[in-house]
Amino acid sequence: MAQTVNTAPEEIDADGAGVPVIPGMGEEGEKLSGEVAAASAGGHAQHSLPSADGKQATAGSSRADRQSSYELADFGVLTGREEDWRFTPLDRLAGLHLPDGDSARLTGTAPAVEVGAVDGVTVETVSRDDARLGAALTPDDRVSAAAWASFAEATVVTVGAGVEAGTPVRIEVTGTGTEPTAQHLLVVAEPNSRADVVITHRGTAVVSQNVEFDVREGAGLNVTSIQAWDGTAVHASAQQAKVAKDATFKHVTVSYGGSVVRLTPTSRFAGPGAEAQMYGLYFADAGQHLEQRLFVDHSAPNCTSNVLYKGALQGKDARAVWIGDVLIRKTAEGTDSYEKNQNLVLTDGTRVDSVPNLEIETGLIEGAGHASSTAQFDDEQLFYLMARGIPEQEARELVLRGFLNEIIQKIGIDDVEEALTAQMEAELQVAHR
Amino acid sequence: MSTLEIKDLHVSIETENGPKEILKGVSLTINTGETHAIMGPNGSGKSTLASTIAGHPRYEVTSGSITLDGEDVLEMSVDERARAGLFLAMQYPVEIPGVTMTNFLRTAKTAIDGEAPSLRHWSKDVKAAMEALKIDPAFASRNVNEGFSGGEKKRVEILQLELFKPKFAVLDETDSGLDVDALRVVSEGVNRAQSTNAMGTLLITHYTRILQYITPDFVHVFVDGKVAESGGAELADRLEAEGYERYETAAAGA
Repeated sequence: MAQTVNTAPEEIDADGAGVPVIPGMGEEGEKLSGEVAAASAGGHAQHSLPSADGKQATAGSSRADRQSSYELADFGVLTGREEDWRFTPLDRLAGLHLPDGDSARLTGTAPAVEVGAVDGVTVETVSRDDARLGAALTPDDRVSAAAWASFAEATVVTVGAGVEAGTPVRIEVTGTGTEPTAQHLLVVAEPNSRADVVITHRGTAVVSQNVEFDVREGAGLNVTSIQAWDGTAVHASAQQAKVAKDATFKHVTVSYGGSVVRLTPTSRFAGPGAEAQMYGLYFADAGQHLEQRLFVDHSAPNCTSNVLYKGALQGKDARAVWIGDVLIRKTAEGTDSYEKNQNLVLTDGTRVDSVPNLEIETGLIEGAGHASSTAQFDDEQLFYLMARGIPEQEARELVLRGFLNEIIQKIGIDDVEEALTAQMEAELQVAHR
Repeated sequence: MSTLEIKDLHVSIETENGPKEILKGVSLTINTGETHAIMGPNGSGKSTLASTIAGHPRYEVTSGSITLDGEDVLEMSVDERARAGLFLAMQYPVEIPGVTMTNFLRTAKTAIDGEAPSLRHWSKDVKAAMEALKIDPAFASRNVNEGFSGGEKKRVEILQLELFKPKFAVLDETDSGLDVDALRVVSEGVNRAQSTNAMGTLLITHYTRILQYITPDFVHVFVDGKVAESGGAELADRLEAEGYERYETAAAGA
């Protein structure tokens, strides 16, 4: 049975009637099919209703009040009841959260980092006291703070001012260990530069990672982070961007490997007129826990953000979590923001928690919206394709492929898109069995 | 020649208050090359008939039959019906994000024909058919129906009609929401398909407007789940002048 958590259960359209603009989606929220509406009746709303264990959900407190600090001790030892950890299986984090106290460190060998050479792009390995580190990232949970406290050296990739990188900067992160470890990466896009960056995680590792993106004035940075780990990997990754005036930041995550992957992509606007597009795709198989917690912090005026995450789940105990926090502060007049999460449940035995949280502290905005849906196949899409002669199984594949391709198409790097399309085909073959 | 035969068809849908009968004994025989217009007021069951022919799971046939050249259509799955030569131009074509028109059209054509179309001819056919329907070539790389206007969706339905070459087409209120120019373009497409493929057409409409462009051989007035009257093209003129009131009063009194 798929379970869903939704912010707006009153918007459930049980009879599925009407002509949706986007199948399954209304303008401002989800319209679940009757089947899934029944499933979600067992779930609980995030904002106002008590959670299943009878405790009041704490999501009502502002994201602005969330602790953020470079000090590990500022984050208490986790109990699993914390708002931002309540969906995460701490017992499967393999110690990344330093359960034994604040003097412990992540001491394993960090995954190897290799960066392909690109004209105008410099790559350095620096010590942990390099002054540039931490400019665009502040840990905001214990696992990220543990990585900050533990990492030995960092990789710094700099796209020079005004440089338009002709080819993608490919960062290969390859793990070979199972001891808990820490890693730090910094990508600086200097003013008016343009670059595509692809970070691919492979092998096996138990790693807490801080990845920061310093996107300077007028720069355009297009990042794709692919989690293609072997089956046993445990990966926590805080990926935070500081997006300066008139800069654009695109961030695409694709997760399909690993045992537990917990991503916390964050965009903070440091000046007006900036834009952040944050996309993601996750494909959870049996036993996998894929969690993504987005945060878009609108503190500067006239910035635009767009978040779209899509997930597919199949197999016993396939688990996905998507939390989307968008905070539009009082200073962020003229903000235009939208976030959406869509999940497609392929088999019984899976669970998705999807919680969009939108906080708006000023009325002077262009727009702000959120939507979330978790559904089995859209019957009307299936009917349409079958009514054109396409057999059911093929129609299902076409719909699913289409569902996932919408994110892959955002990457904009041909060979990466092709490889991921092939990878998704392989995942679909698993779906057949 | 092929024949689509509907005999004493009764169809129900599931509602909150239990099953509700929508079609109450519909009989129609359509031969290839013929155009039958089904006209009727809202809620008379016209679209139910269209969806039932295509096999939409929402509609349950409780009695009666649909056969195509003697083959039991009701025994066929939705895709089998399409491959047997039935086509439904939908009233509300759905959007399929992430599936491009090009991919969709080729996949469907391959399924219907049982073999992949020759790459060279196919692209040319698609291009020509799009041009004839005044569909922007850029639509080929867009996702199926995604962000298309109502009129664009209807043109794309007719594009499929022309490319897939069915024996029988059911047009479910294809004229609704079209402006005069779009109506003409779409009607020309239907007429082309009919003359090229000797297609049989079941044209479901609320208004007589489209009949200025597509001349029916037969007109059936549909009221309360049944054919209330059948006639030739002149029956449409009478409906234009008198409306459906006469039939509805009769049905209410029955």
